[in-house]
Amino acid sequence: MSGSDEERPTPPLAQPDEEAASAAGRLAVKHRAGGLIVPVLTALIAFLIGGLVVLATGHNPLLAYRDIFNGAGLNWIFHPTTDIANTAAYNLSQTLLQTTTLILCGLAVAFAFRCGMFNIGGQGQYFIGLYVANWLGWSFSGMAPLPHILIAVVGATLAGAAWAGIAGVMKATVGAHEVISTIMLNWIAIWVGEWLFGDGGPLQNAANKTVPISNDVADSAKLPVFWGQQELQGLHIGFFVAIAALVVFSLILNRTTLGYEVRAVGFNPDAAAYGGISVRKNLVRAMAISGAFAGLAGALDMLGYLYHFGQSDIPVSSVGFLGIAVALLGRNTAVGVGLASLLFGALLFGTTHGLNSNVIAPDLAGNLTYIIQGLVVLFVGADVLILSVWGWRKRIRPKAKPAGTAEAAA
Amino acid sequence: MSGAGIWTERFDNPASRRLRDPATTGYVALGLGVFSAFLAIPPIEARSIVWSILVGLVAAFFGLWTAVRGRRRLGIGAIVLGLVGIGLGVLATRSSTGNLEAVFNSSLIAQMFASATPLVFGAIAGMFSERSGVVNIGLEGMMLMGAFWGVYGADVGGSWVVGLLLGAAMGGVLALVLAYFAIHLRADQIVGGTAINFLALGITGYFFFQLYHGNYVPTGVSTIPNVKIPGLSSGSFLGDAIGDLNLMIWAGFVLVIVSYIVVFKTPIGLRIRACGEHPRAADTVGINVYAVRYGCVILSGILVALGGVYLSDGFGGGAFNDNMTAGRGFIALAAMIFGNWRPFGAFGAALLFGLSSAIALRLQVYSASASTLFNVLPYVLTLIAVGGVIGRTVPPAADGKPYQKQ
Repeated sequence: MSGSDEERPTPPLAQPDEEAASAAGRLAVKHRAGGLIVPVLTALIAFLIGGLVVLATGHNPLLAYRDIFNGAGLNWIFHPTTDIANTAAYNLSQTLLQTTTLILCGLAVAFAFRCGMFNIGGQGQYFIGLYVANWLGWSFSGMAPLPHILIAVVGATLAGAAWAGIAGVMKATVGAHEVISTIMLNWIAIWVGEWLFGDGGPLQNAANKTVPISNDVADSAKLPVFWGQQELQGLHIGFFVAIAALVVFSLILNRTTLGYEVRAVGFNPDAAAYGGISVRKNLVRAMAISGAFAGLAGALDMLGYLYHFGQSDIPVSSVGFLGIAVALLGRNTAVGVGLASLLFGALLFGTTHGLNSNVIAPDLAGNLTYIIQGLVVLFVGADVLILSVWGWRKRIRPKAKPAGTAEAAA
Repeated sequence: MSGAGIWTERFDNPASRRLRDPATTGYVALGLGVFSAFLAIPPIEARSIVWSILVGLVAAFFGLWTAVRGRRRLGIGAIVLGLVGIGLGVLATRSSTGNLEAVFNSSLIAQMFASATPLVFGAIAGMFSERSGVVNIGLEGMMLMGAFWGVYGADVGGSWVVGLLLGAAMGGVLALVLAYFAIHLRADQIVGGTAINFLALGITGYFFFQLYHGNYVPTGVSTIPNVKIPGLSSGSFLGDAIGDLNLMIWAGFVLVIVSYIVVFKTPIGLRIRACGEHPRAADTVGINVYAVRYGCVILSGILVALGGVYLSDGFGGGAFNDNMTAGRGFIALAAMIFGNWRPFGAFGAALLFGLSSAIALRLQVYSASASTLFNVLPYVLTLIAVGGVIGRTVPPAADGKPYQKQ
């Protein structure tokens, strides 16, 4: 995870004091401390503790992790083939499908983080993108594929941006904390979905009024599949869109005035304001761009392989929340988010598929994903602990803890 | 940043200052209260009862918001007006719709208390944590822990008492994790709380499957009993409303009163508040800030987990399902903010949120979309409240800020 190259060219501003730094701002400072060690150690410790839970409940953690590894298709690298009939290749394509979504959901959290905000609302923004893409996806049936796809994708992306923008505007104008407003917006988005797809809802399918599921998107709005078959949930071109989004994210942050301003505000809003940067404008912009990433994730999922959505799918979806773990583990950098997405994508698909229930049942493994996700977020938030574990092991810095606390309180 | 707490990193400008004045919300609430009564009668004569209740509830909410933020008389007036508006609206349309009888009767009050109780426990729990200076976003996860381990304890231990104890203990353990990361490691409290929610979802889901094979719900588990008040027979208004409430509902009432006394009338409460307002000063006069914060966060975990045990082993009749709390922890957090970090304010908000979801539950049979409207109401109101009309009084000044001993 050589994402540290993006961390370096930060604006030469004063270190934020305890008063001025927001939650995410403090975290950003701490993230500078650990380099590559913290994310790798964090993931290792999280998997270790997850393994202990598996062990304590009478399963073999090594076998379980091996099955998850294979179930995610990561064993593909031992026998690379493009033949989708190959189980490993198929599994890998499904893992990459999850990775696509997670990259974008991770970027949604990461971009706001770089501006000093914690966007917990990725899930809600993702849902809004999903709803809008579904609506636009079947509304203009009969249109040529390219414009139809573009309309649906752009519409969903803008909707996600607008949804997140509510939180941004509220923060910029009256100072409502983005955490509380994005949590509320998540739940509002969930209930909006319940209403849209529910009995008599505007997006409920026309064919069967007893089933709370939407219409399928029209064929003209479906994204082309380049690996596998469309009917079998093949890997769609949205994967390349997500990769491109990583590049765009990196370019915006590191090569544009907008990115410079966003990072300056994230680093220290007071200093940024003193330097002539409008803090409010950047809070709104950063939040809207974050929401755009999440909305795009919803659009690609809807047009790429879901095609329809129902009431019962709403509580099951948690990719927006996984984006938090992805962004934190990836240290809010493009390369880091890409790698963390692959890890969590593999975990997400590997735990739901092809597991031998004598080793570990899929339901257990699926919840293991939540546990590992929770541990990752917990430990990344406290890399003082991780660094002290490292220092204590290597004896490089015998007093790792005081060194870390100086960073934290600075 | 003049000492405003974590939820209100506000920028000072005339528009938001005017909106923040509690009088604004108070008069808006009064207007809405009057409007809610007028909705049901000519010339508007809304055909559905839903609108009158909705507007009345919104009026009551803003009345509460106003009342706990300084303008007590104005706020209470608005609450009363809002509730009277609902009553008049119901009366006005009563003759036209037969279904109303089934939705609005005295047992709705009992259902309001039942829906509100997890929120009451959660909001009081959050208040303790935040009064000591630790933001607790992990309420949802701790409530979920209580819900699962409560049922497990009642099932294995053979008694609901064991369930209560085990649920509370597991909530406390999870809170201890948050406390260690937030207080000792000075990790970001919001990130830590988010992690707690994921962890709880994973742990409860994992052990639910491990111990009960997923969809198997144990039947015949010892459940928390109801308290039958002698002399209040069912059928009478009071009998249906409060004659047969669950033990935990009454415990919730007691908790509100006790926590008010503890936080505002005892030396312990003074210490807790000192740690939340100015930990350095508290440290200087010899208060052990870390110990107080640890105690409050763990207490918070225990209390909210008790709400979770009630959810599964009282309200739910001894059943559990994945992610059972479904956002109640977050509504509790909202109730605490609504109640201005005060026990009675939080209690009032929890009751109103409970009423909203009780109405939603009953409307489901008649109109799914109207039911959704009442389900989403708490979130929308909270969004409006923290956004447009944040009150003048502020949360504990050191809320969310790690403290480092010198």
